[in-house]
Amino acid sequence: MINLKGITKVYGKGSHAATALSGLNLSIEKGEIFGVIGHSGAGKSTLIRCINLLERPTEGEVWVDGVELTKLSQGQLQEQRRKIGMIFQHFNLLSSATVYDNIAFPLRLTGSSRADIDTKVKDLLALVGLEEHRDKYPSQLSGGQKQRVGIARALASDPDVLLCDEATSALDPQTTDAILKLLLDINKRFHLTIVLITHEMHVIQSICDRVAVIHGGGIVEQGKVTEVFLKPQHEVTRDFIRSESQNEGPLRTALDAAAGDNSQAVKITFFGEKTYGSALSNVVRETGVSFAILHGTISTIKDVPYGQMIVRFEGPAEAIAVTIAELTAQGLEVEVIS
Amino acid sequence: MNFADLNWQEMMDATVATLKMIVFSGLFTIILGLPLGILLYLCERSNSIVIRVIYSVLSLLVNILRSVPFIILMVALIPFTKEIVGTSIGVLGTIPPLVIGAAPFFARLVETALREVDRGVIEAAQGMGASTNQIVMRVLLPEARPGLIAGVTITLVTLVSYTAMAGQVGGGGLGDLAIRYGYLRYETEIMLISITFIVILVQLLQMAGDRLVKYFTRK
Repeated sequence: MINLKGITKVYGKGSHAATALSGLNLSIEKGEIFGVIGHSGAGKSTLIRCINLLERPTEGEVWVDGVELTKLSQGQLQEQRRKIGMIFQHFNLLSSATVYDNIAFPLRLTGSSRADIDTKVKDLLALVGLEEHRDKYPSQLSGGQKQRVGIARALASDPDVLLCDEATSALDPQTTDAILKLLLDINKRFHLTIVLITHEMHVIQSICDRVAVIHGGGIVEQGKVTEVFLKPQHEVTRDFIRSESQNEGPLRTALDAAAGDNSQAVKITFFGEKTYGSALSNVVRETGVSFAILHGTISTIKDVPYGQMIVRFEGPAEAIAVTIAELTAQGLEVEVIS
Repeated sequence: MNFADLNWQEMMDATVATLKMIVFSGLFTIILGLPLGILLYLCERSNSIVIRVIYSVLSLLVNILRSVPFIILMVALIPFTKEIVGTSIGVLGTIPPLVIGAAPFFARLVETALREVDRGVIEAAQGMGASTNQIVMRVLLPEARPGLIAGVTITLVTLVSYTAMAGQVGGGGLGDLAIRYGYLRYETEIMLISITFIVILVQLLQMAGDRLVKYFTRK
């Protein structure tokens, strides 16, 4: 659906030149929710703005739905942009227009008839749950409501792609969750491809199918959220996951205190249905190894449950080895921690 | 002080002349200054070097016109005025210099008002496939409306003081009356009344402008 090939973006010229993206490649499938996570300054905002050419890359190709956007004339580009909706961190609504008129804006650009506009806007107001606010101005709305207007406006031209530029970063946690739920709902209902950028792992974890980690103007790691989240390879990715759990310090203390000859600390990852199963207690009952829990999490990635537990096994070395082998055989990921 | 012998007919004529000057010059100032202001705003932001050169030239022209004191501009423009409206005196003769004096001023106010429009909103419209024309008509002008109305108000008030100077080249009006009677003939009464009328006019303009600004402000 979206293909970025060799995207380089340099701001400024000569000695003031700053490279935001360097030779970045990215491929996004139709109908998926694709997240890009990175620290501020990593180039993620430039990246998403390159997709609809709000930022024109210095080099590289931008393919959206089989069309190379950088080759288009101004008029053709305007045409293509109507198929790409976008929502923003600061909403960017017309302050001089009502909720209704804001949502009608993209339709009026194309000269739709009054009746068509009315039907469409009413549908969208219902979709985002703002029917009773249709005649209010943006300044009379809360942040979450403003973003709902932004979403409705972005959907008005029936786009194939929705770009979300830090769409939840200015919202409180509850509102963030409500907006994410709405995005997920829209994705399922209209089979809309969603690209979102964020600095919050939580956002990725809640709704994304795939994720790319951007750092220093390039993608350092990408894949299914479950893969990247549970088995992070790159330091930056680990950073994001760590900052989400914030348990590094106490865990280290626990591991150090527990170190002994007849013990072994391991990280066990449960995934899907196994998360709620009793594999661990079944296995240790058979092998006679005892265990202490040092750290544990149970959560979900999108709708799939997962658990991660760090335990210390105690018992004869062979018995511990059998326990680990048995757990692996049952389909759990077991990583030995030294 | 003796207000009884006052020539009220002359007062009324002068008031009507002033109003005519303000209405017509105000109208043409907006017709000329608004597009000029939009052009200044758009040219400054262009990526094209040619257009940015045009901006520099336009900007310089506006600055030159604004730096010439109005009373001198008016005199200097007399041949031009005759060319355009056929006369350089009376209400008609004041309109071209008033417009040429006020339009660059108004254009700058328009430019400033447009700059206040949130960049993000313009980008959002670009992202939705709006053309430059649509962005001007549907984003910039509506979003800048309070600022533009404030600009019109300031311009009209400035025009009131310009019309007073227009009397110097035979334009007539309240300002002319105040100078001719109050300054040249020591008839303080007429001057006082002329000043009062001018003050009332400015107050009315300012109040109307402020109300409209308040009405259209949604922030």
